[in-house]
Amino acid sequence: MNKPLSPDEKQEALWQGVLSPKDPQGNPLPFQSPQAEQAYKERVLRFKQAIQMKELPDRVPVTIFPSMYPWTSSGMTVQEAMYDYDRCAAAFKKFVLDLEPDMQWGAAAPGPGKFFEILDYKLYSWPGHGVAPEHSYQCNEGEYMQADEYDALIQDPSGFFINVYLPRVFGALGGFQMLPFFPGILEMYGVAFNFIPFALPPVQNTFQALFEAGAEALKWAGVIGSVDAELATMGFPTVLGGFTKAPFDVIGDTLRGTRGVMLDIYRRPDKLLKAMEALTPLMIKMGVGAAQATGKPVIFVPLHKGADGFLSDEQFKKFYWPTLKEVILGLIEGGCVPLPAAEGYWNTRLQVIQDIPRGKTLWMIDQSDMIEVKKTLGRNACLLGNVPSSLLELGTPQEVTDYVKNLIDTVGRDGGLIICNGAFFDRARPENVKAVVETAKQYGVYR
Amino acid sequence: MSDQLVNAIADMREEEALSLVQEMVESGVDPTVILEAAREAMSIVGQRYEQGTYFLPELIMAGEILRQITETIKPQLAKAPELKRYGKVVIGTVAGDIHDIGKNIVTFMLDANGFEVLDLGVDVPPQKFVQAIQDARPQVVGLSGFLTLAFDAMKETIEAIQAAGLRDAVKIMIGGGQVNESIKEYTGADAYGRDAVAGVSLAKKWLGVQ
Repeated sequence: MNKPLSPDEKQEALWQGVLSPKDPQGNPLPFQSPQAEQAYKERVLRFKQAIQMKELPDRVPVTIFPSMYPWTSSGMTVQEAMYDYDRCAAAFKKFVLDLEPDMQWGAAAPGPGKFFEILDYKLYSWPGHGVAPEHSYQCNEGEYMQADEYDALIQDPSGFFINVYLPRVFGALGGFQMLPFFPGILEMYGVAFNFIPFALPPVQNTFQALFEAGAEALKWAGVIGSVDAELATMGFPTVLGGFTKAPFDVIGDTLRGTRGVMLDIYRRPDKLLKAMEALTPLMIKMGVGAAQATGKPVIFVPLHKGADGFLSDEQFKKFYWPTLKEVILGLIEGGCVPLPAAEGYWNTRLQVIQDIPRGKTLWMIDQSDMIEVKKTLGRNACLLGNVPSSLLELGTPQEVTDYVKNLIDTVGRDGGLIICNGAFFDRARPENVKAVVETAKQYGVYR
Repeated sequence: MSDQLVNAIADMREEEALSLVQEMVESGVDPTVILEAAREAMSIVGQRYEQGTYFLPELIMAGEILRQITETIKPQLAKAPELKRYGKVVIGTVAGDIHDIGKNIVTFMLDANGFEVLDLGVDVPPQKFVQAIQDARPQVVGLSGFLTLAFDAMKETIEAIQAAGLRDAVKIMIGGGQVNESIKEYTGADAYGRDAVAGVSLAKKWLGVQ
C-alpha cells in the first residue's frame, strides 16, 4: 500500500497540475508559443513563492480580483453578462489580455441568469429580478432556518439542506420536501416504499427543473471554462479551485441571517456552537473536494461577520475564530491554500488570526491598516491587497501608482505580498486598474 | 422595581426583564413608567456601544427586548379611550443605516400619543421618503440615524424632499446617535429631538396639540 501523501505533498501535486494545464478531457493543453509557456510558468512560480514565503520571487506578483468590473468596463450591463455567456466570456478574456496580470480568477462572477430563473432562486435579487440591469445581485437576508431548527441542522446537516433549506431558497425545489430519508434505505424488505415519492408530480416537477437547470449550468460552465483554457494557452494561469466559508458566516449570512445569529449568541449559544462544529468538517470537505475536482489549490473563503464592529473581542474568540481556524487548518491538511478575504476592517482581530502556520495561506486584505497587518498576520501569511475601491473609482493613475509603491516599500520588501485590489469592485477608471498592474511590474522587482 | 428593570434590559437579561414588566403591569404600574425605564436602559445600551463594550448582538437583543415590552404593555394603553389622531408622521432610518432601536421607541411614543405613524423601516433611500410624503401627506417627517454616515444621508433626504417641491408641506425632525443641533443646521431640518419625548413634543407643537 502506498504511503499517504503529506499535506505539503498534496499541495505540491496541485501546483504541478496547474503547471501542466489540461483540457476538460484530460489532454495536455498546447501553449500557443514557447513565450506563452515560459510566461505561464513564471507567473505560477511567482505566485507560489510569494504564498510559501520560503524564497523571494523575481518580483512582487500582481493580480486584479474584481467583481463586475470586467463587464461594466466593456460597456455591458451586469444583466447582459449574466444572460449572454459568449459576451461574458469575451469581455473577461479582453480584461485579462489588456492587463496581463500574473493571475486571473475566472469569469464565474456574473453567473448564469437563466439558471437562476429556472430554479426560481429566492435568496438573491439579480438584474431584471429585483435589481436594476446595471447593478450587481444582492442577497435577500432572512431567517431561512428558524430558531427551533438547530437540532435538525446539527443532527443531519445534509438532510436539513435537502428537505428544508433548499426548498425555501429555490422555488422550483419544493419537491425535495417529499424526498425519502436516505439512511433508511437499508434492506430488501420494504425498500420500495422509499421510492414512492419519485412517482409523485411535485417531485417529478422538481427533477424536471433540475434537469433543465443542470443543462443550463453545464452550458454556462462550458463557455466560461473555455476562456480559462484559452487564457492558459496564452500564458495566463488561474489557481482558484473553489470556495468555502467560515461556519459562523454559513449560519449568519444565509441560514439565520444577521439578526437571527446575533440573537442566538444570547438566546441559544450552545446550539449555535454545536451547529458550527457540525458544519466545520463539511466546510473543509467542500474546499478540499473542490480543489481535487478542479486540480487547483487556492480555496476562497469570504469572511463577513468577523470584521471589526460586528462582535466583541470575546464573542469573536468564542463564536467566530475557533471553527474558522479549524476550517483553515483542515484545508491546509488537504493540500489547499486557503484564501480568506478579510472584508471591511479587521484591525482588532489581527492578534488572534495571526495564529496560523507560516507560508500556507493567502489573505485578501481590504481596509485594515496594512502596516499593522504586516507586523502580525503578515509574519505568517502572504497578503493580497489592498488598493481601495474608492481610489480605483475616483482617484488618478498617479495616486494609484503612489499607493502601490508605498505598499511595496512598507509591506512588500521582504516578500509575502501580492498587489491586488482590496475589495471586490464593480466600477473603476480603466487607467487606474492598469496603473496597479504596471506599477507592481516596474517597481516591484526584487534585487 | 423600575431600576431593576433598567438593569435587566441593559445587561441583556431578557427573561428577567420580561417577567418584571409582567409583574409591573399586573400590579397596576403606569405603562409610561415602564416605557421610561426601557428608554433609560436603551440609553445605557447606546453608551456601552459607543464605549466599545457592546456590539451588534447587544443592539439587536436590546431592540428585541424592547419590542416584546411594548407588545406587553400595549393592551394597557388600549384600555384608555380611543385616542384622537392628531396628525400623520412618516418616520424611517435614513439610507445606509440599519439601526432601528431609537426609531422604534419614537414610533411607539408617537403612536401612543395619538399620532398616526407610517414607519418606513431602516436604510430608507431618499426617494422612498419622497414617495411616502406624496402618498400619505403627513404633517411631520422624522429622520432617524445612529451612525455618523447618517448626517449626509439626512442631508440628501431633505434635499430630495426639497427637490420634489414638498419641503414646505412638512416639518422635519431628526434624531438618534450622534445627532445634535449642529447637525440640524448641516442637514437643513426644522428641529432636532434629543429623545422620543422631545420628538413627541415637537410633533405636538407643530400640530398645535395641547
